[in-house]
Amino acid sequence: MNNLFVYIEVEEGIVADVSLELLTKGRSLANQLGCKLEAIVAGKQLNDVPVQVFPYGVDKLHIFNDDRLSPYTTLPHTSILVRLFKEEKPQICLMGATIIGRDLGPRVSSKLGSGLTADCTSLEIGDYDEVKTGKSYKNLLYQIRPAFGGNIVATIVNPDHRPQMATVREGVMKKEVYDQKYRGEVVEHDVNDYVSEDDFVVSIIDRHIEKSKVNIKNSPIIVSGGYGVGSKENFNLLYELADLLGAEVGATRAAVDAGFTDHERQIGQTGVTVRPKLYIACGISGQIQHIAGMQESSIIISINNDANAPINAIADYVITGELETVIPKMIKYYKKNSK
Amino acid sequence: MAFNIIVLAKQVPDTRNVGKDAMKADGTVNRAALAAIFNPEDLNALEQALRIKDQFPGSKITILTMGPGRAAEILREGLFRGTDDGVLLTDRAFAGADTLATSYALSMAIRKIGHFDIIISGRQAIDGDTAQVGPQVAEKLGVPQITYAEDIEEIIETKVRVKRRLDNGVEIVECKLPVLLTINSSANACRPRNAKFLQKYKHAKTVTERQSENIDYIDLYSARPYLNLTEWSVADVEADTTLCGLSGSPTKVKKVENVVFQTKESKQITADNTDIEELMKELIANHTIG
Repeated sequence: MNNLFVYIEVEEGIVADVSLELLTKGRSLANQLGCKLEAIVAGKQLNDVPVQVFPYGVDKLHIFNDDRLSPYTTLPHTSILVRLFKEEKPQICLMGATIIGRDLGPRVSSKLGSGLTADCTSLEIGDYDEVKTGKSYKNLLYQIRPAFGGNIVATIVNPDHRPQMATVREGVMKKEVYDQKYRGEVVEHDVNDYVSEDDFVVSIIDRHIEKSKVNIKNSPIIVSGGYGVGSKENFNLLYELADLLGAEVGATRAAVDAGFTDHERQIGQTGVTVRPKLYIACGISGQIQHIAGMQESSIIISINNDANAPINAIADYVITGELETVIPKMIKYYKKNSK
Repeated sequence: MAFNIIVLAKQVPDTRNVGKDAMKADGTVNRAALAAIFNPEDLNALEQALRIKDQFPGSKITILTMGPGRAAEILREGLFRGTDDGVLLTDRAFAGADTLATSYALSMAIRKIGHFDIIISGRQAIDGDTAQVGPQVAEKLGVPQITYAEDIEEIIETKVRVKRRLDNGVEIVECKLPVLLTINSSANACRPRNAKFLQKYKHAKTVTERQSENIDYIDLYSARPYLNLTEWSVADVEADTTLCGLSGSPTKVKKVENVVFQTKESKQITADNTDIEELMKELIANHTIG
């Protein structure tokens, strides 16, 4: 009872990275709270899920195995979580801020009347005093996220409603094995106790899922462009430098919204979180929503014509100048000096 | 065939173009310094509704928004593009609502609007980026939801076929009506205002607007009832005030901070040849690149 639950996503038997990252975070929060870590998985081909998740410190794994649960649709997964949560009364539930988590989380939270915070960038445990009622709460989940287009950072709490629910994007939390030999308990549930025929009103007619061709998350060097790059054409300069350095090209939300490059390259709170050894920020002013997704880069170079761009404060090297001159020079002198 | 369509739209501060005066000294947001705009993905949603009406001309589109008095602008923007009706849900009791309290209020207004076949909203609003209100409204009304929709491929009396745009692919799904859809920015852009509708509705106002602006064309508004924009309060939609606004919100904001970066000692470099060459040499020498 009152444990910490993580909703696990599985595609073709493989547990999603974001779910393992949440288990890692969940394990450390559960240790802090002195409660157990439980995981829920619903779908098909789930035989290999236990060995994938137990090393992350899962004490109990709830399995709902039924062909009708995969591919994911909203209502049956909602029914499962709602009923299970009514029985188990978790204090916290974490989900990936994926297409699935962002579809399922709000539906479940509405049904349970519990609060949900989307796209958290940090989760902590702490106390809360409500000024109005004078009530004090111990050991709440602090759900920390940039808000207002990334201009402020808010700490959200759910004092009175359970579970405290939060979604987190892939890459935000670190994935770390807790104990290779850790083994928890498996509970196989009878799916028909949880879902009804009425839950299957949405039918999937066709589905094309491709593995993303862009692998920003694991690239050691990233050349990233912001709105200040100015155009799709100017982004070609970034591709040229990236090709030369064996890097990936990333972008800010503003650059993606302006159509300079594809959505899958977006770095930041509402995109991917990255930790490369070198991050070259081109024409990026540095809104928190972007910084949140790249501040752990080992070395940051900022190229900007504005010497006062906020991102310069976290950069190791600040090059003040126009991209159109600076990048070609970087290309030229890299070629000249590398063997 | 004709459909009753409800479009959910929100007026949002334009967080994409935040100037230097957007933040007050105390770290809170200076809303007055930000332009109020039609939430971009709600415009994508509106376009999907208008396309249904293009195809089935007897269809009726009602646009519903919740916000302060100035959000009536959203209703006019809808009418200028071809919606039939609009409702502004406005009351001090709604203030401070999180997504759950917002969804409750919207669902009560939808119950008052009455029969609907399809509800369409944007995937998320740019001021909160939560994408929660659509699914929560659907849950409150007990209808299925299709999120991340990009295109309504076909709609018939009993069901709809929708293309969803996922991070790494597409999905075609079918669902019976009534249903709630949330629309991605990858969907078709919204059409511009129509000159004829602009003429027809430019004086459309809520009662509150008419009172505050001292507009005294009583005759105009009684002769042309379509210029009266509907405005509903908590009482009008028979909402339970304990479920609205701040008191109806399970999530509380513990604190809000202005962002403080972990600043570093930066090395300043000019765009001169020698400076750039030195930098590249240094990065190669310490094996950061190459």
